[in-house]
Amino acid sequence: MIEIKSLSKEFPDKKVLHGIDCRFFDGKTNLIIGQSGSGKTVLMNCLVGLLEPTEGHILYDGRNFVTMNKKERTLLRREMGMLFQGSALFDSLSVLENVMFPLDMFSPLSYKDRKKRAQECLDRVNLIDAQLKYPAELSGGMQKRAAIARAISMQPKYLFCDEPNSGLDPKTSLVIDKLIHEITVENNMTTIINTHDMNSVMGIGENILYIYQGHKEWQGTSSEILSSNNQRLNDFIFASDFSKQLRKSFEEHEEHLP
Amino acid sequence: MGRTFQRPERMRMFFKKYYSEIYQLGINSIGIVLLISFFIGAVICIQIKINVQSAWMPLWVSGFTTREILLLEFSSSIMCLILAGKVGSNIASELGTMRVTQQIDALEIMGVNSASYLILPKIAALVTMIPFLVTFSVSAGMVGAYATAYLGHIITPADLTAGMQHDFTQWYFWMGVIKSVFFAFIIASVSSFYGYFVKGGSIEVGKASTNAVVSSSVLILFSDIFLTQILS
Repeated sequence: MIEIKSLSKEFPDKKVLHGIDCRFFDGKTNLIIGQSGSGKTVLMNCLVGLLEPTEGHILYDGRNFVTMNKKERTLLRREMGMLFQGSALFDSLSVLENVMFPLDMFSPLSYKDRKKRAQECLDRVNLIDAQLKYPAELSGGMQKRAAIARAISMQPKYLFCDEPNSGLDPKTSLVIDKLIHEITVENNMTTIINTHDMNSVMGIGENILYIYQGHKEWQGTSSEILSSNNQRLNDFIFASDFSKQLRKSFEEHEEHLP
Repeated sequence: MGRTFQRPERMRMFFKKYYSEIYQLGINSIGIVLLISFFIGAVICIQIKINVQSAWMPLWVSGFTTREILLLEFSSSIMCLILAGKVGSNIASELGTMRVTQQIDALEIMGVNSASYLILPKIAALVTMIPFLVTFSVSAGMVGAYATAYLGHIITPADLTAGMQHDFTQWYFWMGVIKSVFFAFIIASVSSFYGYFVKGGSIEVGKASTNAVVSSSVLILFSDIFLTQILS
């Protein structure tokens, strides 16, 4: 479990996060949602240590990441996997070499076993046939799947996904969402997904944190989100005319139920 | 800087990267070094013979001057200025692109010391390869000078050989090698600095690449003055 306590982040010109308290649970897909510029990415960057929070604490199963020294952080980071918005695969390495990279760097396994583990991960994301290709030869969805395989190769306890569906078509987005959800349950990982894709929210959102202008505005599940009375959340969730109509018909349907 | 020179997490990975950088930064530069040195060697010989040598000078002056220019300045300093353009922009744009596409962030989150993993092999590889490049440059320059003798008939091969062998000081060669090692360190570290700390997008990567070349070149020119004075 990851617990955030009174987390704030201030840049010289702007305060982005204002005292956020939140818990992200094991074996669940935890979502951080919010409008562009609300502070989602800053929050995730603080969680993984790419940014230092101004105040507050981040507890990884009780271990305070903020007060750790460099060595302790490096060790904890080996328990993390991250899927970046742009996949961040290493251009000069093949897909197989990309997935093997964390194993080559930190695993005591032999070359044969490392390769076997990487191929298992690629098989899990249905990309075994593309193992010898280079990232530039892959489609956006395939790159995301390769990045997932790399992120899970060291069997991390914590998986972070920064807008995993950005730039993907709705069908491929569903495949990626399903894959992340299945891997989370299989490995009992604490997965945190930073998204504003409503399909993801409704499909795999088991614990959703809504951030509004750097403040924690709402937290709940995907089933609770539809019946929430939080006006800011509703404005965000039902921003399009289509979704407003959908909500209206959902409410009408509920009224007609005996 | 401190993080760059920390002990690599896995020596196996360091050497893998080191060999690939030797190929990318060193082996891939041999062609341009040979080509430029050949023509510059030939041109120096022609210029000295036609514009400097006169009746009251010994016949070996052209060969002697060509050798001294190649050994003392061209194959170390000028060749490193040229390499600053080729290798420096390569390093800065590679690291800059890795930064803006979050590949460096990915390394950091994996727990890898990205500065040590990416920069140290580049510095080590260029410092290792530069003495060879200097040697190739001197050799190609001399071959170019001989081409003017055998193909252009500007000077007789005997006069050129006499000049090349006249009053040879071995230290001049080592001076060029020592200077080039310093310059290689400047090229790799300055270019890595500009590439590694890029913020923004493709425009910033382009700017970093330009800044890397300009800064490396200026530093090479300044340090050349001091190194020449110290080593002479």
